[in-house]
Amino acid sequence: MNSAALLKLTGVYKNFGGVQAIHDLSFELAQGELLGLIGPNGSGKTTAVNLITGFVKPSEGEIIYRGRDITGWAPYKIVRLGIARTFQMVKPFYHLPAYKNMIIPLYSPRVKQLAGGKYGDRDAVALDLLEEVGFERDAFVAYKNASVLPQGYLKRLELAKAIALQPDLIILDELFSGLSLAEVAGIVPIIEKLRLEGKTIIMIEHRLKELFRIADRVVVLNFGEKIAEGQAQAVMESDAVKKAYLGAEA
Amino acid sequence: MEKRKERIDRGIKARSVDIFALSSWREMLYLAAPRLIPIAGFLILPLILGLYWQKVLLSVAVFALLAISWDILAQTGMISLGQALFFGMGAYTAGILNHYWSWPPLVAIPAATLLGGIICTVFLLPVLRLRGIYFSMVTLIIPLMLVRIVEATKIFGGTEGLTGIAPLPSKWIELYLIMGVLMAALFGFRRLLASDYGLVLKAICDNDRSVINAGINIYWFKAQALFISSCIGALTGAFMTHVYMFVGMPVFALDYSILPIAAAIVGGPGTLAGATLGAFILVPLSEILRGIGGLRIVFYGLFLVVFIVALPEGIFHYVQRKYNQFERWVEVE
Repeated sequence: MNSAALLKLTGVYKNFGGVQAIHDLSFELAQGELLGLIGPNGSGKTTAVNLITGFVKPSEGEIIYRGRDITGWAPYKIVRLGIARTFQMVKPFYHLPAYKNMIIPLYSPRVKQLAGGKYGDRDAVALDLLEEVGFERDAFVAYKNASVLPQGYLKRLELAKAIALQPDLIILDELFSGLSLAEVAGIVPIIEKLRLEGKTIIMIEHRLKELFRIADRVVVLNFGEKIAEGQAQAVMESDAVKKAYLGAEA
Repeated sequence: MEKRKERIDRGIKARSVDIFALSSWREMLYLAAPRLIPIAGFLILPLILGLYWQKVLLSVAVFALLAISWDILAQTGMISLGQALFFGMGAYTAGILNHYWSWPPLVAIPAATLLGGIICTVFLLPVLRLRGIYFSMVTLIIPLMLVRIVEATKIFGGTEGLTGIAPLPSKWIELYLIMGVLMAALFGFRRLLASDYGLVLKAICDNDRSVINAGINIYWFKAQALFISSCIGALTGAFMTHVYMFVGMPVFALDYSILPIAAAIVGGPGTLAGATLGAFILVPLSEILRGIGGLRIVFYGLFLVVFIVALPEGIFHYVQRKYNQFERWVEVE
């Protein structure tokens, strides 16, 4: 697994002033794997994602992607290497119709490069991609303004924007949060399809039940430190994890 | 019997897209009228106006272009308070090219447009990372600083300015050059901003992190918008230098920064057409009010306030909405 590691974090630290958000974080991710990143609120999951995607620069340590040191790179350069993410708080362009939201990622230099220097008809590609994540074409949902779409569709839109970049590694930051069971059930097959296509996925999730059904492996963070790593069930049995989630008395 | 007002989109609006627009004269006219009326106006106005109002028209076109230049920046999320920087830089560049090297106006103006655009862009590159009011403050300060530099170092004629600059060949070339540029800028940049490229620019204003997250270098795109905007501003400055046959410290005056913003806000920001319309209302209004004397600025200010309170969306947005729908009173059961 060592040689096949797609992403490798070694001894990563991040301090915000006096607060240590991430403390000596190291983990590896193999090609095609689905890694769950879990932990209580404020444990540093989103900071870890921000470090990988370059939105936050690490204080120490190194991040290697496909053998290349990407520590401290600008986020747009990291995206061009094939790492796409969604945001926990959805970030659509509210005044645009859903399918026009897709134009921004489709304008990305990465898409142009993969298409051999041509952009093509972005509107058509956008509608296809949105249909793939569940924007019913017959109901013309994709033509509605993002400002009137319910949360479930906004999350799907966020996912579609990441998929549009044709990434190798997709990082989903609490994709399921704020969704009903039925909506989650609608999104899980999309993630499974991405896996079949050989994409590597990191999922930050609080909905552990749904996550454990699809994750190969989980990493548990608490107060910025990795406290456990391994198969989902085994990890949840560990004392450190129980303590982190349920308090010292458990 | 109770009644309520009903607003309905004109059916013709839906039919007037793509190939369907060719199906009838009425539909073609519906589509073409909003474009043909301003074009016809721009072409005919210089012919029917007297000498004084022709000069006002020049001023209108210049402020319309500055307002367009402001609007392009604003749509990319950069609120500039310093169109005077672009205007003045173009004015001085053209003046220098003509005064020291005797470049003819029709060469100096395009050269000053490009050079001024490049200089302004380079000036503001370090502050592209700033957002909101911080960017505005810097743009406000730079032209004020430049005035003092010219004054203190006495470069380029110091407080006297550069005089004896060659005029454009004729009054008609002046008028139709600036009208032509205005039309090209208005329709050209409207088209550009409606394209996918323009969508990226507007998205930067809307949510820049989301654009970065698409692998797009927003600073590169902001720099492009800045270059486009400063080129337009520099062009107006270079043009006015040759109209006035003089360039001096007043080209960095606050008027060139504030009036374009007022025009864009009154006309309706985010459309370019609104900015143009705003200039066509505010500049002549200011001339008409000249007769009042001391209270002129009070009436002008009152007019601005009334418009902003009554039509906060801007005149153009209002007109556009009314053009695309009709209203009727229907009885409530």
